[in-house]
Amino acid sequence: MTFDPSTIFALFFYAFAGLLVLSAVRVITARNPVHAALFLVLAFFCASGLWMLLKAEFLSLALILVYVGAVMVLFLFVVMMLDLDIEHLRRDFKKFLPLAFLMGVVIVFELSIVLIRSFIGTNTPVQALPPEVSANNTLALGKLIFVDYVYAFEVAGVILLVAIIAAVALTLRNRKDSKSQNIAQQVSVNAADRMRIVKMDSDMAAKQDARGERK
Amino acid sequence: MNITLAHYLVLSAILFATSVIGIFLNRKNVIVLLMAIELMLLSVNMNFIAFSHYLGDMAGQVFVFFILTVAAAEAAIGLAILVVLFRKVDTINADDLDHLKG
Repeated sequence: MTFDPSTIFALFFYAFAGLLVLSAVRVITARNPVHAALFLVLAFFCASGLWMLLKAEFLSLALILVYVGAVMVLFLFVVMMLDLDIEHLRRDFKKFLPLAFLMGVVIVFELSIVLIRSFIGTNTPVQALPPEVSANNTLALGKLIFVDYVYAFEVAGVILLVAIIAAVALTLRNRKDSKSQNIAQQVSVNAADRMRIVKMDSDMAAKQDARGERK
Repeated sequence: MNITLAHYLVLSAILFATSVIGIFLNRKNVIVLLMAIELMLLSVNMNFIAFSHYLGDMAGQVFVFFILTVAAAEAAIGLAILVVLFRKVDTINADDLDHLKG
């Protein structure tokens, strides 16, 4: 029994797509935010598989590295750090369910009508990528980013820098009870500020007087 | 049994609608709102990659790269704001965040 490649492609597509939609639904319905974050990880894995099917290898691995490796860990960290009152947060979950479901169905229905009418015929790439591009996705993407989109790439770097500084500046807490030096005050000090000279009689003379009287 | 471009586009439409529903349902929980926004960005990225593959243009993947960058920055700042907020008001209920009297 042999499968032709398009059948295997379709099988993988439906497996990943089904798991993706299921885990997305669990993300928005999970009672515990930790479970929601873990289902989001599963959703990103499935999306990464789908991107791999579309021959976007670099981005599919970057998705796993960036999202599962960094963003999701950040989410889990924050969820576990905060002490949440889940029952209170989910109080009118049921109240909005019918309206939300209706809106979702309408969105999918309208988008599907337009998209299926327009793109159902595009079953193979209308314009295949040149062989040297499709053979090495990372190389082709790198050439595009560092030649055609190099300014946008630098702006992306600046955005990440701003994000780092913003995140640190927001969460940095200046403790009131911590001790630190005031350098300006230390440098501009002079002798009169820190030493007071007190005139007083010699202690020894007073003691000798006392001893002389006793004799 | 060919997978067409429309399959991918409808899948990402379903994903987008799911996250819109999620924003409705978890109106109060800011963390799950952020997760729903991440799912939305994922569905947009899926559109970009599907078009890039089926229309034979690598530029779509470059845009996905930039969207990933911005999404990561957004998640980091959003979660930082969330942590500061929780420190100040001891809740992440979106209904309690009315200090600006908007």
